Amino acid sequence: MSNTLFDKVWDAHVVRKIEGGPDVFFIDRHLIHEVTSPVAFLGLKTRGIKVMEPKRTFATADHNTPTINQHLPVEDPLSANQLKALEENSKEHGILHWGLGHENNGIVHVVGPENGITLPGATIVCGDSHTSTHGAFGAIAFGIGTSEVEMVLSTQCIMQPKPKKMRINIVGKLNRAVTPKDVALYIISQLSTSGATGYFVEYAGDVFEEMSMEGRMTVCNLSIEMGARGGMIAPDEKTFDYIKGRKFTPKGADWDTAMEYWKTLKTDADATFDKEYTFNASDIEPMITYGTNPGMGMGISNQIPQSDAVKDGKATYEKSLSYMGYEQGESMIGKTIDFVFVGSCTNGRIEDFRSFASIVKGRKKADNVTAWLVPGSHKVEAQIKEEGILDILTDAGFALREPGCSACLAMNDDKVPAGKYAVSTSNRNFEGRQGPGSRTLLASPLVAAAAAVTGKVTDPRELMA
Amino acid sequence: MAYDKFNILQTSAYPLSIENVDTDQIIPARFLKATERKGFGDNLFRDWRYNSDDSPKVDFPLNNPKYSGKILVGGRNFGSGSSREHAAWAVYDFGFRCVISSFFADIFRGNCLNVGVLPVQISENFLQEIFGAIEANPDTEIKVDLQNQTVTLLSSGNSESFEINSYKKENMLNGFDDIDYLQNIKGEIQEFVKTRPF
Repeated sequence: MSNTLFDKVWDAHVVRKIEGGPDVFFIDRHLIHEVTSPVAFLGLKTRGIKVMEPKRTFATADHNTPTINQHLPVEDPLSANQLKALEENSKEHGILHWGLGHENNGIVHVVGPENGITLPGATIVCGDSHTSTHGAFGAIAFGIGTSEVEMVLSTQCIMQPKPKKMRINIVGKLNRAVTPKDVALYIISQLSTSGATGYFVEYAGDVFEEMSMEGRMTVCNLSIEMGARGGMIAPDEKTFDYIKGRKFTPKGADWDTAMEYWKTLKTDADATFDKEYTFNASDIEPMITYGTNPGMGMGISNQIPQSDAVKDGKATYEKSLSYMGYEQGESMIGKTIDFVFVGSCTNGRIEDFRSFASIVKGRKKADNVTAWLVPGSHKVEAQIKEEGILDILTDAGFALREPGCSACLAMNDDKVPAGKYAVSTSNRNFEGRQGPGSRTLLASPLVAAAAAVTGKVTDPRELMA
Repeated sequence: MAYDKFNILQTSAYPLSIENVDTDQIIPARFLKATERKGFGDNLFRDWRYNSDDSPKVDFPLNNPKYSGKILVGGRNFGSGSSREHAAWAVYDFGFRCVISSFFADIFRGNCLNVGVLPVQISENFLQEIFGAIEANPDTEIKVDLQNQTVTLLSSGNSESFEINSYKKENMLNGFDDIDYLQNIKGEIQEFVKTRPF
């Protein structure tokens, strides 16, 4: 029988099928952070049960951490309390914990792959919807709620109905200045934020085969923004090269055995999907969002659509534009911006900083712009320094902050003030996402760089050699 | 954590006829700093419910005294975005036991089922009829019958059936949760672990 990549990985993890109900689904790797785990640990305590497989869970502090002065005690008592809870719960249950300042600390979806926790064919969950990131390695990875975090801690399983299958193909070659972020924002703009709800996506075709692991992570990361539980890409030589030799990657004979299996992880030629889309790479240009959900994006040279032309309700659409302070039919080019945020589990990896630096090199940060450049992890931070990127940034008037989720969800002090505009490489432009009243324009690191040096929305192609 | 049993719920409802209501609106991230599950209802729809000086926005349905009940009726694609279960906790803590919409985001739907809030998906037409009925009379009651999987608008008598898998339905009817189930098959899971290569 022919199977999809998704079927192969899913079916290998079903402990038990419940008639008319969910599968009892085994989880290989569980990532936890300070915000969505404390109540799960409390639940264990109330029930008097222990973590069943502590070696399969990994803890890192990221969501609620400051991005300056991490060596000092955390000022906000509530945040400090959450961080302490993560540390103490991890210690009590024998879970590996990378707290603030630890060399392996960083955003959960950045440090997982960096340390070889993320492996092809594995099932990976975390109390965070962007867990879909890890699908870039041919893993089934998705976000879960806190009740499910408690399930995984106590039994290493969750109860999950098997999603339907969707394949998204992008064929041809990408245009200049079109990055993985643009590819993802383009797909979401075509499918809407609910277009893939109920599905698990496989990304296939030339564009994804050519794409780096960092780029694949960006695309899979954004799967949730079209409603999909997750997205995945078949592992190939690039995948194997990336994971080889990392901290938790199998070594020696275990590596050879694993490789034999991993090489079988691809969709069979005659396997079928419940839904399939094919797009042409050449149709995609650098993207930017103009509204309050990630589906409200367009090519940067286009005009904001008229409300009559949109699929969602007209009233909701108009409310969204009103929140943003934009009009139907306007161009985004030339719109003044106030903040630039480069970072997050979407675009906080080394390639993103290389990309940002390629445009700001030899230029200066615009005076009207406050820029927050936040590496996804200490390893990314170190690489930024090693590659001389920090010098480029500093010369251009930018400073680098310390790792964390930061202004992506603004749980810490990195909040965009009410009414202000931020060009952000993160994943959500919801109302108030980056601070109460904040207005977010989602874009790639290249578009963010063009905005950072010009102080307004600018087509990055104008600044590229 | 096991929760109240759910069988038949018949109450008036709060209308929220906005599409794509995301979990950042249901509970903004800055209110996720608690280490216990309590008090989240106070911040349900915080930035839509209150001005920046914490005074209530009078035109927001949750602040309007003419609305009441244990059912929240929301526009299409309700609960998109983050996996924060805090969103479902906030809905529950405010006093809702059921959310009705014409489409739900996956994770939010699952979280609701895990915390004792029944997500009920109905057709867009019926949803609009319900919004219209509540607008005409805020005391309009809706009857949600889990056993028979039906939702009925009492003012018109119109009714639709809704889907829920039989396992989750039994859980909701009996107030069981998934951890009870998983704990009972732990031996089987422990055998399965031995077959995993990594």
